[in-house]
Formats: sequence, structure tokens, C-alpha cells
Amino acid sequence: MLQSFKLALRSIRSNKMRSFLTMLGIIIGVASVIILVSLVNAYMSYMTESFASLGTNQINVNVINLSSRFVSADQMYEFYEEQEALFDNMTPMVNVDTAVKHGSDSMSSTSVTGVSEGYLDIKDYGLVQGRNIQYSDIVSRQKVCVVGYYVASELYGSPEKAIDETVKIGGYAFRIVGVTERQDKESMKDGGTDDFVWLPYSCAVKMSRNANISNYIFTIRQLDRADEAREQIEEFLYGIFKNEDLYNVVAMSEMLDSLNSMIAMVSAGLGGIAGISLLVAGVGVMNIMLVSVTERTREIGIRKALGARKGVILEQFVIEAAVQSAMGGIIGILLGSAATRLAGAAAGLDATPTPSAVLISFSVSVAIGLFFGYAPARRAAGLNPIDALRSE
Amino acid sequence: MEEPLIELRDIYKVYQMGDEEVRASDGVSLTIRRGEFVAVVGKSGSGKSTLMNIIGALDVPTEGEYLLGGEDTSQMSDDQLADIRNRMIGFVFQQYNLLPKLNLLENVELPLLYAGIPAKERRERAMESLEKVGLKEKWKNLPSQLSGGQQQRVSIARALAGSPSLILADEPTGALDSRTSREVLDFLKQLNQEGNTIIIITHDSSIALEAKRVVRIHDGKINFDGDVNEYAAIL
Repeated sequence: MLQSFKLALRSIRSNKMRSFLTMLGIIIGVASVIILVSLVNAYMSYMTESFASLGTNQINVNVINLSSRFVSADQMYEFYEEQEALFDNMTPMVNVDTAVKHGSDSMSSTSVTGVSEGYLDIKDYGLVQGRNIQYSDIVSRQKVCVVGYYVASELYGSPEKAIDETVKIGGYAFRIVGVTERQDKESMKDGGTDDFVWLPYSCAVKMSRNANISNYIFTIRQLDRADEAREQIEEFLYGIFKNEDLYNVVAMSEMLDSLNSMIAMVSAGLGGIAGISLLVAGVGVMNIMLVSVTERTREIGIRKALGARKGVILEQFVIEAAVQSAMGGIIGILLGSAATRLAGAAAGLDATPTPSAVLISFSVSVAIGLFFGYAPARRAAGLNPIDALRSE
Repeated sequence: MEEPLIELRDIYKVYQMGDEEVRASDGVSLTIRRGEFVAVVGKSGSGKSTLMNIIGALDVPTEGEYLLGGEDTSQMSDDQLADIRNRMIGFVFQQYNLLPKLNLLENVELPLLYAGIPAKERRERAMESLEKVGLKEKWKNLPSQLSGGQQQRVSIARALAGSPSLILADEPTGALDSRTSREVLDFLKQLNQEGNTIIIITHDSSIALEAKRVVRIHDGKINFDGDVNEYAAIL
């Protein structure tokens, strides 16, 4: 066995150019598998991360309230309180489509949303100034608001200056009671994550002139119970609406699951294409091994005459093919890893070759050597020693 | 009398050449005992190579029995033939048949390698063998760095390394000039005096005269088998 390895290395060394060309196919194949799989993986984790920042523990509820069948915010709260073991938080969401004004300044990009006191926790934001909206504000429809960092700096110069100032929303004056921490560290722009105003939802409902609220956000305590939570909400809503078309409940974690499976599919597809190039490389290995057997027919004859069994010759040639492919595989891995980092840096992704991609492509390249080396090796082993000795 | 080392019993080897049937061995019976020095002589096409292949366990007869050291090879599988070649026979070929990419020591080690002998012992025995042919100092050289006579001596060293029962030399001087031929023949004689059984296959009657016993093949049949002096008389 050890002898076969030595022989293989010697044979590869004595035919450097040919060995290199044989390996080249494997090198390219392995490198492209690693590059593709690693880049897709990096992109996937980037997507997952940005998706997770939207809140994977959220369940979004959307209902169509009819005059005969509708759900009120109070009913939703009752349901939420019954299911407190399952749900961590809940807020109605009321979008108010209006500009935000202060004196002569007007901001039309700002999103204005009526929420409950729980929304700050749901978003997991902190406050730099002031306080959050309180339950009492909601009950008594206080015209107070919490604004994003961008709104505070654009309209008032700084969060400190914004506190207790008033902002005009849809013709009503709201007092700013709190300013949230800056979320987007890199840039602040119109419509960005810091460009918002939160009002008590009770005020927002009145401004939107709808009697009932059609959007709610729940957060769940345990991610693995997302299914159960979604079903509970659906059951509750079906009890009211008696029609599945009138409500829509979406668990963000399920969206993430489907996104992940989609990316995994893309990854497998690209990996498969790169795998084809490995297959082609394998045919190259087989071709060269066949040439090698023909060239070394005499050597095989001598070895057999001296008492080499079939198995020994078979082993010698199979190991030679496997060693050659494995060497190609290792070079391919090194090259692929370097290229992955370069391409990742160019695309702004944190791309590192995954251990599984490295492991799989290495074992695939060895397997190719074994598989495609086997047929030529069998031919060598089966040669008749007399004919083999007679060949030139 | 020594026990028979080789017993050919009514051996036939038939090849199909197109429509024609070629009887390369046509009823050969032959017994060779341990310690003999036999020359098998015949023109090309006489069937002496076929006989050598069968004696060397490189091939099996179409019909008949061949006992090598008491073992019947005619029904053996390829691997069994490889094993018996390895144990019983040391080959010396006309073209030396050394492996060009291995050094002398590695070449001589080959039969020991296939016999499964551990590395250290293998090396010692191969060195001993090289010493016997006077090429110990050159063990690191490649065959191509040696003269023809030296290469043939390496191939004899390789044949001796496994301590075989029989040394089978196929035209051992065919590629050598007369002076080196003399050397190689003297060396084979010396090995015979030390007790080795030797068979030389040759087309050259003058080389056959170096042996103690001569077997002449013609058209696949033995048409002379006797002492070298008798053979000299009929030449």
C-alpha cells in the first residue's frame, strides 16, 4: 500500500506536464464548486441576517373588517391576554398617510404609524431622549408622539431640542415625548430606518377615519412555536369572520424558512453545474490513465512475471489515479479558497469557504480518481504477462 | 537421483490463427531434476518460447499436465500462477526487463516485495544478491546508467533474490557481445555449481553446448533430449 503511494508519486513526478494537465481539470472543477457554494452561502447568511433584523419572531396579521363582521382592537387585546404564554407582545398598526410639518418645514417621506406602548420593545429600539408612549396616552388619546432620530435632527437639529416640541401631523399638533436611538449607523436619509413618527394608535385610528384597525403585529416567546401561534390567531379570527379570505396571518420565521430553502435550491443548482465540470475532469483522468496503462504495458508484464498478483497491479493504478486527483483537489481547494475571499471582498460579502464545501469537493475529487481510475487499472491488471512482455 | 523439479506430461498448446490451428506444443513430455543445467534449443517458430512460457508458469497448456515442484499448474488461476512464479522461478530475459525508473536495489527488491517480505529484510536480501553479481556499490544507479552486461547481471541478481527453485533464462546473451556473453554464461555455470537449477532457452547451439543437458525442439515436439556430449556429436 505504502509502496503503491510511493510509486504513484514517482510516476506523477516523472510526467510533470501530463500530470499537471490532468489535474488542471480537477483543479478548475473543485475551485469552482468551492467558489460558487461559498459565495451563495455568504449571500444566504447576508439575506438571513437582514431578514432577521426585520424580526423573525413577528407574526403579522392583516384583516378586512366588514360592517357586519369585524374585529376590534379590544377583542384583539383580549385574545392576546388569554394567550400570554405564547405571545410576548402585540401592537395594532395604523398607517397615517400624511406629511409631517414643523413650522415651514415639511417631511413627506416620514412614515407615520399609530402603535401601542409595546411597539418599542417589538422593534427592540432604545430611546435617547424622553419616554415611550404609555398606556394612559392611548386610553386618553393624548396627542403625543415618539420620533425617529432622523426626524428629530432634521426638524429640530438634535434629539435634545426636539423634546417637548410640537409637530403637526394631519392638521393636529403632537407633542414629542421621546426620540429613539439612531438605527442606521452609516447613513440617514429620507425613508430610512430613522425616518418615522409613532403615535398612540387610538389617535391614529381617529385620524384615519376607520372605525377598526386592520393590521396587528404579534411577537412570540419561542421561535419554534411560530406554527402554533399562527394557528391560534387563525382560529380566533375564523371564529369571528367565518371566512378565511378575510384575514391573513404571516409568521416571519416561516418566510425565512421558505427563503432559506429557495437559496439552498439555488446553491444546489449552481453546485451541480460546477459538479459537471468535475465529471468532465474525471473523464480526463480516465483518459490519461488509459494512455498510461498502454505506455506501461511492458512494465506491467515485468511486474506480473515477477509475481505481482492482479490485485497489486490494480491497487497501483487506482492509487496513482486517486493520488493525482487528490493533489488536483488540494490545489483546487487552495485556489478556490483564495478566489472566494477575493470575490467576496469585491462583492462586499463576508465570504469564507465553508468546511463542508471543502470536505465535499476533496472527497469528490478522490472519489473521481478511484472511480475513473478503476477501469484503466482493471485493464492493466487483466493484461496477459506474455503479451505485455512482448510489447515495446 | 534428485526428485523431479519439473514434470511436463504430454503437453499440448494450440493457438487458433485465423482458420489455421497452430500446435506450438505438440505432445511434449519432459522431466527436469533439481540441480540440472538444461538448454532448450530450437529455431524461431519451433515452439521453444511456448515451452518456456509454460515452464515459467506464464501460460497454461491447452492439454496435459505440468507439475512444478509437485504442484499442477495447468488448472491454476492467474493469481495462483503469479504466486508460484514468485516463489519458484527467477526469470532472466533477453532484454533484461529492468524497470527504468527504479534504481538497481528497487529492481532487485521487486520479487521480494510481491512475496510480502518486510522492507528491512527485503533490502538486506536484495543487497546480498547485488553483491553476488558484483554491483553492490552501484545500487543507487538507474539501469540506463549501466552497460548491457551489467544490466543482465542485475536481472540475474533479481532472479536470485527470491531464492527460487529454478532460474529460467530466455536468450540471456541475445543482446550482448561475445565477451560479456561469456561472462554471463560463466556466471550461470557458477550458479549451477552452487546447486541452482538452470534452464536456458536459446536458438544458438553454441550456447546450448554450455549446458549439461540439451533438449531440442522442432515443430512443437522434442526431437533430441540428452547429454551435452551426445548433442555435440550430432551437430
